[in-house]
Amino acid sequence: MTAKQQRPEFYDRSTVPTGNLLANARKQALTRGLYDFPIVDVDAHHREDTASWSGLIPHIEDDAIRMFAEDVTRRESAAGMMGLEIRWHSNSGRIVRPGVNGFADTLSDDGRDPLVRRTIWAMDEMAIDYTILFPTAMLFLGLHPQPQVEAGLARAYSHWLTKEILPQDERIKTMLYLPFNDPEAALRMVEDFSDDPAVVGFMVTSVRYKPVHSNEFAPIYSALQERNMPLAFHAAYNWNDQSMSLLNKFISVHALGFTTSNMVHMTNMLMNGIPERFPGLRLLWVESGLAWVPFLMQRLDNEYLMRTAEAPALTKLPSDYMRDMWYSSQPMERSAKTSIIESTFDIMEAERTLLYSSDYPHWDFDAPSTIYDLPFLTEDAKRRILGGNALDLFGFKAEKRATPPTETTTVEADQGAPVAPPLGP
Amino acid sequence: MADQNGNADGNAVRVGAAADFRDGDRRIIDVGERQIGVFRVDGEFVAYENRCVHQGGPVCEGQYYPQMEAVFDDNGRSLGERANYDVPHLVCPWHSWEYDLRTGEMVGLRKLKLRAFPTVEREGDVYVIV
Repeated sequence: MTAKQQRPEFYDRSTVPTGNLLANARKQALTRGLYDFPIVDVDAHHREDTASWSGLIPHIEDDAIRMFAEDVTRRESAAGMMGLEIRWHSNSGRIVRPGVNGFADTLSDDGRDPLVRRTIWAMDEMAIDYTILFPTAMLFLGLHPQPQVEAGLARAYSHWLTKEILPQDERIKTMLYLPFNDPEAALRMVEDFSDDPAVVGFMVTSVRYKPVHSNEFAPIYSALQERNMPLAFHAAYNWNDQSMSLLNKFISVHALGFTTSNMVHMTNMLMNGIPERFPGLRLLWVESGLAWVPFLMQRLDNEYLMRTAEAPALTKLPSDYMRDMWYSSQPMERSAKTSIIESTFDIMEAERTLLYSSDYPHWDFDAPSTIYDLPFLTEDAKRRILGGNALDLFGFKAEKRATPPTETTTVEADQGAPVAPPLGP
Repeated sequence: MADQNGNADGNAVRVGAAADFRDGDRRIIDVGERQIGVFRVDGEFVAYENRCVHQGGPVCEGQYYPQMEAVFDDNGRSLGERANYDVPHLVCPWHSWEYDLRTGEMVGLRKLKLRAFPTVEREGDVYVIV
């Protein structure tokens, strides 16, 4: 007999109704005065439940893709459409988020889509005024072996989000997915959606296998430069990558994959002179944390000075170009000595280049207090990183929109409902 | 004795009747601006502030998970992992930081501890001292 069998009641009692899961974030915001100045979250997510996909499917233009989407959604979940993600030891059973993973969403109905209500609720709890929303499952869509499926789903998602969801609240914006495995389709996305008021840029998911300096992407970079719209690279992992397949733990592949996936693209961008060829292209690197930045700056500068002839397009050090780009903050490594974290902020000129991101509701999300509580930042620098830099980059009005919610929400494990599989990182 | 508001001896706050707590039961109480989670584990009462030392998450609202242990043989070969249900961990619902429910120690870095409060049982009731 196992110990679990000896004391099942003890562990069963750990699943209890709880209060408002973000109440402590609200307390942090109130005690730090975060409701007094604008905060922009440049990377938050939503999970694609069946309800969301039911609304999205009619926007799929290709008949075969749409029919498969209807079938797979009926039989399993939206994740089945994306495929390819290996799951192991997810924390999703250990963390609690209202509305996902079998936990009921008890927020009252105000007539808006649950995705909008839940997003705004979390934003208000954390004093966030604007959020740039991105779907969780599509982080892996760049690995899809069928470019037409990648492009078809990206286009359908973009139609659904911009036509049905984002008009419900102007505080939620998006950087739309670019199907980079089909450059022509990606260019059409820029041309067709860049005028939408909720579209503030475009996003490339970083686990993919076409080099970003390839000439076939030049028209896209040119189009974005003309429109003055940021292009973000959102990190993720691919356990099937030949290097990553040596790793046997999720913690390992997550720790390395989320940094190397962006480091590879950044290195190609720099060594092939993309910033020289498109000086007005504004690049943003998302969800690799910060520790990789000083590493890559030092590594590339050192090599460049020995092999300058191999990168003739450059007119300055690789690190100088990196300081002309932007970076999202999460998941910010905070276990090192404060002096090391401060050095990271110094070398990347974070006061000017860093943008706060929460990544909520994922398991490694950062509340705004992670920036605000850094002891070496001035009040002005905190406000720049938490909001000011993003206001300038995306052109948002410098207004405070979030207010402390008066409504609380109780979260209960819904034992009767099927527990959805974890969908992402 | 506790007064009608549950206060006793100035700094002892009544949580409830000890008999109402089965092993694994908890109660979260408000004490001023602070929330404190009171748990019964292995017959003893422990109390922690409802604030994770990581990012301040509501740790006392977390679930219990057993301690995971790696199993090696005498030759250093891995034989897998096993769950030790005799060592329950309290897992913060925000980011999964795990604490030994009995001691409040963060199991990945033992020098970090939840803020703990003494508990006492008196005439069948349990109190937390704040």
